Amino acid sequence: MNKLIDGTLIARDPETVWEDEESLSATAGIGAKVLLDVLANEGVEVIFGYPGGSLLTLYDALLDSPIRHVLPRHEQTCVHAADAYARISGKVGVCMATSGPGAANLVTGIANAYMDSIPIVIITGQVPTHLLGSDSFQEVDITGMTFPITKHSYLVKDAEDIPRIVKEAFHIAGTGRPGPVLIDLPKNIIAAEVTDPRPPKVSLKSYKFFTKGNSGQVEEAAKALAQSKKPVVYAGGGVITSGAGPVLRELIEKADIPVVTTLMGIGSVPSGHTNLLGMVGMHGTITANLAVNDCDLLIAVGVRFDDRVTSGLKHRFATKAKVIHIDIDPAEIGKVIRTQIPIVGDARLVLEELFQKVIPPDIPEWWEQLRRWQKEYPLQYEQDGHLNPQTILETMGKVGGENAIVTTDVGQHQMWAAQFYPVRSSRQFITSAGLGTMGFGFPAAIGAQIAKPDRLVFLVTGDGSFQMNIQELATTVQYQLPIKIILMNNGVLGMVRQWQKMFYNERFSQIQLHANPDFIKVAEAYGIPGIRVESPEQVETALQKALAIPGPVLIDFIISPDEVVLPMVPPGKAITEILGGNV
Amino acid sequence: MLHTLAVLVENNPGVLARISGLFARRAYNIYSLTVCQTENPSISLMTIVVEGDSQVIEQVTKQLHKLVVVHKVSNLSEEAVVDRELALIRVKVRSDTRLEVLQTVDIFRGRVVDMGRSNLTIELTGDEDKINAFIRTMRPYGILELVRTGKIAVARSDN
Repeated sequence: MNKLIDGTLIARDPETVWEDEESLSATAGIGAKVLLDVLANEGVEVIFGYPGGSLLTLYDALLDSPIRHVLPRHEQTCVHAADAYARISGKVGVCMATSGPGAANLVTGIANAYMDSIPIVIITGQVPTHLLGSDSFQEVDITGMTFPITKHSYLVKDAEDIPRIVKEAFHIAGTGRPGPVLIDLPKNIIAAEVTDPRPPKVSLKSYKFFTKGNSGQVEEAAKALAQSKKPVVYAGGGVITSGAGPVLRELIEKADIPVVTTLMGIGSVPSGHTNLLGMVGMHGTITANLAVNDCDLLIAVGVRFDDRVTSGLKHRFATKAKVIHIDIDPAEIGKVIRTQIPIVGDARLVLEELFQKVIPPDIPEWWEQLRRWQKEYPLQYEQDGHLNPQTILETMGKVGGENAIVTTDVGQHQMWAAQFYPVRSSRQFITSAGLGTMGFGFPAAIGAQIAKPDRLVFLVTGDGSFQMNIQELATTVQYQLPIKIILMNNGVLGMVRQWQKMFYNERFSQIQLHANPDFIKVAEAYGIPGIRVESPEQVETALQKALAIPGPVLIDFIISPDEVVLPMVPPGKAITEILGGNV
Repeated sequence: MLHTLAVLVENNPGVLARISGLFARRAYNIYSLTVCQTENPSISLMTIVVEGDSQVIEQVTKQLHKLVVVHKVSNLSEEAVVDRELALIRVKVRSDTRLEVLQTVDIFRGRVVDMGRSNLTIELTGDEDKINAFIRTMRPYGILELVRTGKIAVARSDN
């Protein structure tokens, strides 16, 4: 169904249905049936959903649909799994929940997808139209509640609109800057007859996005780069979304310029690449941060100058630099910092054009400086015989092979994973970046494993995050998903503890998880084997043993609560005030 | 500085909530907002007066454009425009002030649209300054009720 329009790969071509009516299997019927037919025509293979009163008609129709349905143990998992499915596959993820509490339980996940610009379509049940607004049983105004965290939303009032709305929803979710689109379906609407199930051509006059960048501006960018003495590329999630990873790599190799990535941009350039200085921002490498601080040209691609990168100090961020900002969303240009050369467009198309025009700058002094920093401030940790989280991640990278997918939860383990797991390609490292949602990791691992049943999936989690969605152990078993759960268990909320230790005079408040269960026994209760690791010598053997087991495995790594994530730019401080490197 | 934005939007339920929600969430200050139908019944026009420097207005415009329900955003403060506001004002009158009030209404080219024993209802259109001036003039007599539409505006033609 993918098609090239103006050289851009549009995930779903709105015209396909009309050009090839044979492929359209939708026939007249009730709303529920037509909805599922149109979803199937959109290429939807799996829905992560949870049934309930207002969706009974839809779940009845689902019995006759070819679409696979995955039933987690909580609605939040439905939306996170669809989110990760989209991140891994590049397709639009789909999730579904009933009205009221079901829909409300999706809210965190919708916000998560919105913050990281992930294309998902959310289907919610709703009370019948004649009861709307009457505070009826299991009624919430989910479209109203999600206005600020959806790219668009629909409350369907006429069943005949279902084909058009579904078509539009996929178009909006998957094109331009992707994002979540919600369709709220009242119970009587999905039961009503639809006479014409053919979706019309998408015609949204008010929805526009640019793909090709302005050539004059790209020319300007190439000129600026040729004259630059200290250039740095700052690559983010937009590089991965647009599939610009390979051309970015060609560009930095041809021009021989350094690159830093954001948390969302990890994998856009393979780990270990000689031009990659590492992650930038609060827990980025010192070299990456110093490079951005000192550069005279910042080439920002698919990034939004998040405060975890700039410390919220726009006047002290990359102050010596001319800024080129390449982004598909015009509203991101100039939102945080002033840009000299804005280029609105698809990152891949713009970088391809820039690649053609680029003249490599002559920057031996800059490279010398960068190499000096790298030597002086390597990403390091103390190996003193106790079990380090960093060792676990490095060993995972060694035994897991090049293709392993890593999903993370949120906290210290997430930052260690970002720093130490060797991510080799785009769509391999899945993490909740913008919203920082504890509890995302396990559902994400489920979505990833469903998207790629043959690839190794690691879930890197902590004992705090894991317990936010621990019930999904059941889903893992039910669908036989061979996820390898890497639990970094320190008995505390590690990142909060780290901040209390560093910035609140060690006044520890509400970070002890005293009644943690025996996680091995919990896993075993679900029929999942568990391995406990307490010393560095056991790490590799345990991981190999886990990989040899065909199904899911939980490894309970006991680590010290005193471990901290370094380096660290303290909140509100400039990059030069970074801790953990004696700059 | 105040800017007047003319925003063409879909005429659907929930559109106003999307727009006002955007302003609230991003902490933009709405000074006044009017909504009306256009010659095309599926499109409404919102005239939004918003406070901010040019950078804020640029962000407001771009963020509005991102909403799928928004068709067009024009900053009328950047061009020559005709703008008007309508006010309905009920003023207290006594037998000895009635004539004075009626003369003032005349000077401001207002119209009396309703009349009671002890009050007059006046209709006045004009730009914001004129309406403010009229209200100031009426205040000593005693304003019983005051309704203003907020600003509407159109660009002047090129010739």
